[in-house]
Amino acid sequence: MSTFNINVKTGSNIDILEIRGELDAHTASELERYFKKLIDSNRHNLVVDFSELEYIASAGLGVFMAYIEEVRSLGGDIKLTNMSDRVYNVFDLLGFPTLYDILDDVNDAINRFSEQSSAQ
Amino acid sequence: MAQTGKHTLTVQASTQYLSDVRAFVADCAHNAGFQSSDVEDIRLAVDEAFTNIVEHAYNYDTSKEVCLSTGFNKNKFWISISDEGKPYDPTSYKEPNIPERIKQGKGGGVGVYLIKKLMDHVEYKTIGNINQIRMSKSL
Repeated sequence: MSTFNINVKTGSNIDILEIRGELDAHTASELERYFKKLIDSNRHNLVVDFSELEYIASAGLGVFMAYIEEVRSLGGDIKLTNMSDRVYNVFDLLGFPTLYDILDDVNDAINRFSEQSSAQ
Repeated sequence: MAQTGKHTLTVQASTQYLSDVRAFVADCAHNAGFQSSDVEDIRLAVDEAFTNIVEHAYNYDTSKEVCLSTGFNKNKFWISISDEGKPYDPTSYKEPNIPERIKQGKGGGVGVYLIKKLMDHVEYKTIGNINQIRMSKSL
């Protein structure tokens, strides 16, 4: 069975979701549950750390598709970091690099949020 | 031409078997001689096809079965996936407008698009009550 888990690190106004394992149609609902919970708690600055993600299918990509507009409309963003080439290639096939902020690491994402908030 | 390396796997139509399906097809593709990036492409295409069967052909009825069969010759590797659920009509396919789907907060709907991008040839057919997707990639 596909294995997948999430660890959330909560900062003052940014949450970092460390995702691990295989994100497919069997496990995508778990990520969706976390996004929903964070959005419902007014947490809109989200960083997803893909360092330990081994595999992604379109069901996983679908979770990012479903929530990005809602999060942005609330003034936040979902920034994606630390993707392996294998995972990045799947995002790239769907043209996601022009639609999402995909960064090298978590610190880049945190800095990007700081830049965006000071520019407002 | 002689067919070599033919393998089959029959599993229940449940996403809980996705990792078994992926392991099976990755092993077959690797044994056919593909490099790892091609093995990953084939594995993802089969994941998407299997997921579509679970969700759309069988509407999550896990009492149903899905049969996978792979084979290769010196030119290409192929996978055939069969089910007895609701047939997919390939003429209804439209390339998804991904920015538009995102704007509408719609996840998914990109599985067939990915399959077509990842494989060299994709064919759907229904004979009697058996639906079959047959995909191939050149070696």
